[in-house]
Amino acid sequence: MGHVLREGLQQVVNGLSMGSVYALIALGYTMVYGIVKLINFAHGDVMMIGAYVGWLATSRLHMSFVPALLLAMASCALLGVIIERIAYKPLRNATRVAALITAIGVSLFLEYGNMLVASAQVRSYPPVLPSVSYKVGGVYLQYGAIVIFATTIILMILLTLTVRYTKIGKAMRAASFDKDAALMMGVNVNSTISATFAIGSALAAAAGVLYGAYYNTIDPLMGIIPGLKAFIAAVLGGIGIIPGAVVGGLVLGLTESAVSALGASTWRDAVAFLILILVLILKPSGLFGKNVREKV
Amino acid sequence: MLAIEDVHVYYGAIHALQGISFQVNQGEIVTLIGSNGAGKSTSLKTISGLLRPKQGKIRFNGEELTGMPAQKIVGRGISQVPEGRRIFANMTVSENLDMGAYLRKDKPEIKKDLERIFAIFPRLRERKGQVAGTLSGGEQQMLAMGRALMSKPQLMLLDEPSMGLSPLLVKQIFDIIKDINAQGTTILLVEQNARMALSVATRAYVLETGKITLGGMAQELAASEDVRKAYLGA
Ligand SMILES: Nc1ncnc2c1ncn2[C@@H]1O[C@H](COP(=O)(O)OP(=O)(O)OP(=O)(O)O)[C@@H](O)[C@H]1O
Ligand SMILES: [Mg+2]
Repeated sequence: MGHVLREGLQQVVNGLSMGSVYALIALGYTMVYGIVKLINFAHGDVMMIGAYVGWLATSRLHMSFVPALLLAMASCALLGVIIERIAYKPLRNATRVAALITAIGVSLFLEYGNMLVASAQVRSYPPVLPSVSYKVGGVYLQYGAIVIFATTIILMILLTLTVRYTKIGKAMRAASFDKDAALMMGVNVNSTISATFAIGSALAAAAGVLYGAYYNTIDPLMGIIPGLKAFIAAVLGGIGIIPGAVVGGLVLGLTESAVSALGASTWRDAVAFLILILVLILKPSGLFGKNVREKV
Repeated sequence: MLAIEDVHVYYGAIHALQGISFQVNQGEIVTLIGSNGAGKSTSLKTISGLLRPKQGKIRFNGEELTGMPAQKIVGRGISQVPEGRRIFANMTVSENLDMGAYLRKDKPEIKKDLERIFAIFPRLRERKGQVAGTLSGGEQQMLAMGRALMSKPQLMLLDEPSMGLSPLLVKQIFDIIKDINAQGTTILLVEQNARMALSVATRAYVLETGKITLGGMAQELAASEDVRKAYLGA
């Protein structure tokens, strides 16, 4: 019995680490969807670029973990803004399909562009996080897992405070709800959209660096699967809903590690997509979704 | 104060405003009446900068507004209470009011205006922390008006404030409009409820399928045979 419990707790720790990565990426999906109603399929690749910037910073510039994390976040914030300006802004009034296809184009561009620049070779992160683990009640807590979880929590608190209390946060919520009404208040909707892409991309970059530092290897196609998983997490929580993305990410991470624990790890991805299908059939608005109707 | 000159607005091929001209002078309540689809909301959206005229000019206090982005026009002193209220249903009452003061930096003054708005609409103070989407229709109208006042406008544009409200509440809202005007805000009011609008307005214009067909003192229009037949049901 004690063994089963320990094993279970160990899987919870694993699930929360991976779930944190999903949650960080899912936040960008959901925030961008909230404001421009676009599923930014290039978002997982922004995470990949973040991982590469982090790798460059740690292995070539010999930076330590926190500065590398911040550098990656800043670079990807800028990248996100550029992607929006060049690729998505001209299509803001186009059909959703046009924007979606463009997002896939941007995704391929980032993947194969990076292959050109950094080669398709798998790179390994230098050991920026000490590979120690603490044994707490029979469960091994890796230092890296703690860092992933703590960083995610800190970023989420910062994000929540920003969205709830700052001027830009209120502008983001207002513009997500009604762009014309936001304009009538004096909100510069274009820069608010840029800020949303910047924040979302910075969070994805953080996920990339955490992923690289914890799981060690990175490659130009590494963003695809976590990107899709994060998309599932965002849909699971309710696309456009910020707390939903976090819960969706963690739930997905935990589910996956539960599946692995049952000895069916090859089924992990299938289960994730099964969740997507079930959500879309049973409650398309997601766990946190509700229908807000306007009174007339 | 506000001068519209020969403004043409299109939605694709639809010629929604076909060369309208009118003025609003400081201190007035001017109303634009007309039936469904006449172009009333289009006129207000064009003044607010949400739509671009293809031809014509809009001037406010001598400054050209034509082509100015919408988010700058609020800063010039024009705010709008849009048709259907368009409050931010996902935000609280307080947050909605904060959004109204988005461009302002004069904190103590903002606070004073907030108090003034709570004095006009005591209901909003009671509901400060409530999510705006859960307000009743009348409360939402009050919130939309309060939000527009938070920008400290010289000119307030109101698009069908009576829509969907009970007669008693309509009367209340119109009394408040008169008060706001008496406190120094000029008002351009768009209404289908012509009787109410003409009773509070100084001057009025009649808009018919994108053209202004009549204009004059509100009392005179209210007495004119044509207007009575077409808009007052008498
Ligand atoms: N987004 C749009 N796309 C195409 N046509 C539009 C659009 N908005 C308005 N119109 C058309 O422009 C004309 C004027 O519309 P507008 O909304 O200004 O009317 P209104 O006078 O405010 O009517 P109501 O009293 O019903 O609100 C109408 O014929 C309408 O169908
Ligand atoms: Mg209208």
